Amino acid sequence: MTTLSNEQLANLGEIKPLTYRIVDNKPVVDINEYEALDGYLSVRKAIPAMSPADVQAAVKDANLRGRGGAGFPAGIKWGLIPMGPDAGAKYLVCNADEMEPGTFKDRLLMECLPHQLVEGMIVAAYAIQAKRAYIFLRGEYVLAAKHLNEAIEQANAKGYLGENILGSGWSLDMHVHTGAGRYICGEETALINSLEGRRANPRAKPPFPQIAGLWGRPTIVNNVETLSNLPHIINRGADWFKGLSQGKSPDGGTKIYGASGKVKNPGLWELPIGTTAREIIYEHAGGMRDGLELKAWLPGGASTDFLTPEHLDLAMDFDTIMKAGSRMGTGLVMVVDHTQSMVSAVRNLEQFFARESCGWCTPCRDGLPWSVKMLLAIERGEGKPEYLDILQQLTRQLGPGKTFCAHAPGAMEPLQSALKYFRSEFEQGIAAPATAAANA
Amino acid sequence: MIICTDSNRPNVEPYVLADEDRAEIEHHVHHYDDSRAASIDALKVIQRRHGWVPDGAIQPVADLLGISAPDLEGVATFYSLIFRRPVGRNVIKVCDSIACHLNDFEVVQDAIIKHINVGLGETTADDRYTLIPICCLGTCDKAPAIMINDDTHTNLTPEQIPALLEKYV
Repeated sequence: MTTLSNEQLANLGEIKPLTYRIVDNKPVVDINEYEALDGYLSVRKAIPAMSPADVQAAVKDANLRGRGGAGFPAGIKWGLIPMGPDAGAKYLVCNADEMEPGTFKDRLLMECLPHQLVEGMIVAAYAIQAKRAYIFLRGEYVLAAKHLNEAIEQANAKGYLGENILGSGWSLDMHVHTGAGRYICGEETALINSLEGRRANPRAKPPFPQIAGLWGRPTIVNNVETLSNLPHIINRGADWFKGLSQGKSPDGGTKIYGASGKVKNPGLWELPIGTTAREIIYEHAGGMRDGLELKAWLPGGASTDFLTPEHLDLAMDFDTIMKAGSRMGTGLVMVVDHTQSMVSAVRNLEQFFARESCGWCTPCRDGLPWSVKMLLAIERGEGKPEYLDILQQLTRQLGPGKTFCAHAPGAMEPLQSALKYFRSEFEQGIAAPATAAANA
Repeated sequence: MIICTDSNRPNVEPYVLADEDRAEIEHHVHHYDDSRAASIDALKVIQRRHGWVPDGAIQPVADLLGISAPDLEGVATFYSLIFRRPVGRNVIKVCDSIACHLNDFEVVQDAIIKHINVGLGETTADDRYTLIPICCLGTCDKAPAIMINDDTHTNLTPEQIPALLEKYV
């Protein structure tokens, strides 16, 4: 067991606000224990002393960018919500449907510090004056559901939730909604359809959820990690938050990074945003397992473009990784070692995307299984000569703007980058002309 | 045009909603501003009782939620963890996403298939196990991972599989 003094904990809180209270992965579910660690301080500070506009301004100043993968500034998203006495019913939804392959950060935050998320959601709901808040949690996160429900019950008993919170006249009801599978539920508008008890097909945008979301009412959907940052921004201020990146990135804050694949010490680390993948993989994850070399890496989930060893020194932030032709996504790195086949890896990814397509848009519903069929043939060494061109065409036909949501374009990111950087591996899977003729 | 009503589904067994299930579904409805939103919660209530959602349950649950039976069926068939066919007493969910692929989940999956002698999407003859694939379980640092019922098992090797599966009767 690691035992830290209160002073050491407070110092750690200055640089690792999201995780300093998690010691040896021991969950803090008891509200008294959490309050003793400055828990719910931001709620007592903001309500009712700060106006909703003040809270929005603080988050906008901090330039907190969405940690679900897209990096959209939370303050700007909130700014589109209608405010004022005539705005009517509004909702806050926490996207806790963590299903992006390779991503396991929200699980930690919810299992070990459920109150931090509840606290962040109270701050967010107050800022937009929502009357109800939902946590859309994937059904498989059984322990997270238990801890969140306990946290909500305790917060209700303490008056942080419920009627007339801290005498402000504002009331908030919070509820955990557990899903029943399907990756597409993580897409913002599909999530809203699912929460309404419908099939999780995405909706056309505009109108954006901030105008017409849950039950047609203005709705904000934010990720678990994004919301978990809010108490600290309120407590310590926007300037402190911006300084957390220690000059490694123009963005502020920390990021929960992670590494999986065949590294020595896979796991999660809260680090300044803009930390390099080299530091994540070689310092924190201990490097590749003995005898293995890094061949390629996915910066943050299945729906991000592969990068190569030459990209390891780039800052892991939204803009830098975007400029390199990929996306930081969730920031949880997956490594491919030199013994592994890129064709097999991409085949696995496209099988996943094909299975998880909701079927709403034709390019996605039909294009993804087609790509799988060709990739399986290439994997067996039976690809036809035209397959590489067809796969290349699919990356455009399933690219941005062809479908309602980003599922198909996301599916094309690992495919297009693998074709770009590792084309020879795909060419090796094309059958020699004699074999191709025999199979024809 | 075919109108889907119970008269078009002659094989549907009559189904009487248990009082406690009805009460639990009504409780779920209170969490939402529209009763349809409790569809998934309601289907889970039925599934907890039977292991799956029997055909006959669709109409009475839809009636309780104030939506049509085809609407509820559309929801029931969309979600991968709502079962519209009987499943075994223990549902084994094997993560086959990329992080588990990079950690050789296939050998674990093969060991499971060898031990229970049925393939993906199938149920053993004694109704003990059903095997299905599942989307990334969010334990990628401890891959490969599977879930059996509500339990998550991580860092698996093929050698561990027989003893692990035997714990589930």
